[in-house]
Formats: sequence, C-alpha cells, structure tokens
Amino acid sequence: MIYYRDLLLVLLSKEFKVRYKSTFMGYAWSVLHPLMLAMIFSVFFRMFMRVPDYTLYLIAGLFPWQWIANTCTGATGYFLGNAGLIKKVRFHRSMLVLSSVFNDSIHFVCSLPVVLGFVWYYERTPQWSWLWLVPALIAVQAVMLVGVGLAIATCNLFFRDLERLTSLVVQMLFYLTPIVYQPDMLPPSYHWVLYANPFANLILCWHGVFYGGGVELLHLAAAAGWAIVLAAVGAGIYRAKVWRFAEIV
Amino acid sequence: MSREVAIRLQGVSKRYYLGTPVGDGLKHLLLHLPSQIKAIRQRKPFDALVDISFDVHRGECLSLIGRNGAGKSTTLGMIAGVLKPSAGTLETHGRISPLLELGAGFNQQLTGRENIMLNGVMLGLTRREVRERTAEIIAFSELEDFIDAPLRTYSSGMIVRLGFSVAVHLDPDILLVDEVLAVGDARFRQKCLERMKQFRSRGTTMVFVSHDVGTVAKISDRVAFLESGRLVEIGDPAKAIEAYQGRLRAA
Ligand SMILES: Nc1ncnc2c1ncn2[C@@H]1O[C@H](COP(=O)(O)OP(=O)(O)O)[C@@H](O)[C@H]1O
Ligand SMILES: [Mg+2]
Repeated sequence: MIYYRDLLLVLLSKEFKVRYKSTFMGYAWSVLHPLMLAMIFSVFFRMFMRVPDYTLYLIAGLFPWQWIANTCTGATGYFLGNAGLIKKVRFHRSMLVLSSVFNDSIHFVCSLPVVLGFVWYYERTPQWSWLWLVPALIAVQAVMLVGVGLAIATCNLFFRDLERLTSLVVQMLFYLTPIVYQPDMLPPSYHWVLYANPFANLILCWHGVFYGGGVELLHLAAAAGWAIVLAAVGAGIYRAKVWRFAEIV
Repeated sequence: MSREVAIRLQGVSKRYYLGTPVGDGLKHLLLHLPSQIKAIRQRKPFDALVDISFDVHRGECLSLIGRNGAGKSTTLGMIAGVLKPSAGTLETHGRISPLLELGAGFNQQLTGRENIMLNGVMLGLTRREVRERTAEIIAFSELEDFIDAPLRTYSSGMIVRLGFSVAVHLDPDILLVDEVLAVGDARFRQKCLERMKQFRSRGTTMVFVSHDVGTVAKISDRVAFLESGRLVEIGDPAKAIEAYQGRLRAA
C-alpha cells in the first residue's frame, strides 16, 4: 500500500516537473484558458444566447471541460512519453495513466475557488449538497477519464498519429456538449446527441451545481453509466495490449 | 553455493512480427485500407528466440554471448519482465534490477537526482528507502557536480554511470546488464566489475551480456552462447567462448 502511494506520488511530481516545468504554470493554464474562453464567448454570443447570467453558465461548464481536454490531449503521450521506463522496468503501466489523471484532477480542484468566486459574484448560494455532489462528480469524471486515457494512450503506441486526431475530436465534442449553449436550445429531435456524448451529461451535472437548478438524477446516472462503460473499454484495450508495450514503444 | 533457482526458462520462444503495418499511423491505415489489411495478413513472423531452456542459480553469474541479433537483449528483456515470451514459461525469484542497457532508461527532462527517486520507487522501494540510499548512489556514480542537471545534458557514459549506480544500490536479487560497460571509461568499468564481484559473494544473481570475452571469462560462472535465437552451448566459460570464437572465425 505504501508502495503504491509512493509510486503515485513520485509519478505525480514527475508529471508536474516534466509537463509544466513548474506547478504554477500548470495551475495558471488550467485557470487562464477557461477564463479566456469564457470571456470570448460571453462577449460574442451574449446577443444570441438568451441565457441569464451567461458568464456564470460558461464558467460552470468550461472549467470541468478544461480538465477533460487536458487529459484527453495529454493521453497520447502517457505511454509513448515514458518509453525508457516501459522498456527497462517492470511496473504497473496503468499507473502512468492514473497519475496523470490524478494530476489533472488536482489542477481542476485548485481552479474551483475561481469558479466559486463567480458563484459568489452572481449571488448564488452554496448548498450543503455540494459537499457530496462535487466530490461525486469529480470521481465520476476521473473514472471516465481514466478509461479514455487508457484507450488513447494504448492506441497511440500502435498508431502514433493520434495526437492531432484527438485534439480534433475533443474540439468537436466541445461543440456537441452544452457548454456555450443550453440543451433546450437544441431541437428535440437532436436530444439523443446529449446522451450519446459521454461528457454532455457530466457537464449538465456541473451546470446543475454551479449555475443552479440542481442536479438531475437522470443526468448523474447517465454520466456514471458512461464512466463505467468507458473505464471498462479502456481497461479492456489496455489489458489486451499491455504485454506488447515494450516491443513497440 | 546454494542450488536455489533464481531464474528458470523452460522452452521459451519469442516471436516478433516484422514491419508492424500500423506504424505509419491511423490515417495511413484508413486511407490505404485494402493494401494495409493485406500487409497485416501477410506480415512475416520472426523467431527471435526458439525453445530456450536454462536455469540460473542464486548467486551465479551467467553471461550471454553471441553476435548482434542473436537474441541476447530479448532474453534479458524477458527476464526483466518487460517482454512476454510467446511460448514456454519463465520464472524469476527476487527483486530484479532495471534492465541496464544503452539509451534512455531515465527521463530526459528530470535531473539525475529526480531520476534516482523515480527509478527506485518504480522498482519497489519506498521513497524513504530511496532517500536513504541517494547519497551513496551519487557518490558511487561520481556525478556529484551534475546530479541536479537535467539528464539530457549527460553524455551516454554519464547515463550509464548513473544507471549502474542506481541498479547496484537497490539491493537487487537479480542484476541484468546489457552491454553497458563498453561505454564507461576504463576506471569506472573496473569499479563496476569490482562491485559485481562483491555482489556475487553476497549471493546476487547476475545475467551479463558483453562482447568483451575477456571480461566474460573473468566474471562468469557459466556462459551461454546464442546464435540466431538458439542456444548453442551453455556451461563452462572457456568452452562456450571457444565455440563462439570458432563461429566468428568461420563466418
Ligand atoms: N521489438 C522488436 N520488434 C521486432 N523485432 C525485434 C524487436 N526486438 C528485437 N527484434 C529482433 O530480434 C532479434 C534479436 O534481437 P536482440 O535480442 O536485440 O539481439 P542481440 O541483443 O543479441 O543483439 C533481432 O533480429 C532483432 O531484429
Ligand atoms: Mg542487444
């Protein structure tokens, strides 16, 4: 147990040092990027979107999305970027994915005070239920991203060109997720898109928390269901291929 | 010497598929789907190792010799547990050192000191245990002045020094060394050989790959001669080396 904790901690500190050179840069990115997007969208889309407190709506969706985008785009390098270790040392390779997702989740948690600042500015009252809802949503999102991360990281060892494809897909999913618009702006015949998109339900839940209106159990259940499916698929792909990692990396 | 088995290979084979067709990426695969599928179907298997069986006893030093491509590194990789045999069984007992071979066994971005911690923990020590050994590791490597510089600034000889120091200070039960001593300077090589001799007296098992038959003859209890993935000779160092040199002359 101590061993796994130490392995996780060491991999985490490696992540911090390698990816951002400094902890501060990583934090700044996970805060500044969604803030910047929120500013742009609220300036340009305010006219078309008749969403009350549109900026808060954007903030509530963009911050969790930043975590999703960070993990998905970083995932192509989780194994490929650790070729030396994979070729020479025997260890649980999935720890590389777990530590990276964990790392991104820490950045997300550290950015939450900024979100709370907006909540306070827009005079929403924090609820007691947040004490369990926020950790629950973080857990669901982390499980989802571990699955996605395992899948992307493994596939990229074989294909090597998934980096651009991944950012393209993430970019597309961004517009298929109700972040800049509200779900009821979609024509009803397109609502299935929301359920087919693993991240949409999750973002709806985050809206329910920070924008207000409460979390609908159906959305939470759909998000959790997707998390389980994605984790199972990711773990399946990883386990089918893990023994070949050292050969092809 | 006790006769406990540290490493046992039974009928181990390793098959690679040459020319992984998806190496050109998903885009290439999708754009050239028919020809790519044909390539996948027709890819040729290549047997890097065929039906290898041997035991290495605790405290023994076994050297592997053979020409380039004979399968020495593949054998070490399987003992290290990073490669999986295609057939046969392989068992090891005890903690195994990182595979010491040329090239980056470390993270290039991190400093020498950070790499010591990373490697130590990955091999199963706790952070505290690694911290306790760090001073000793640095002293042995003689890299005090560079230890806080990122690894990409190191020469290949320096990386070998660090790798060797880390590996021997982790108290491995099994030490795997693949041709790395060739790049160290003569004095450091001497130091490593001394250390390996000490290890043997303490009961550490070693598998050693080298082209330097002089060193091999000096440190090995037994020598295995591999050729094209087959075990030609295993046993008395002088005999195996003789067989190897005979083949070299014939070639
Ligand atoms: N990852 C790999 N994929 C395909 N072929 C490989 C791979 N690794 C080694 N081989 C092949 O297996 C054979 C044995 O290689 P290796 O064990 O590295 O030989 P040695 O260390 O004795 O020089 C070589 O012919 C090499 O081309
Ligand atoms: Mg080799």
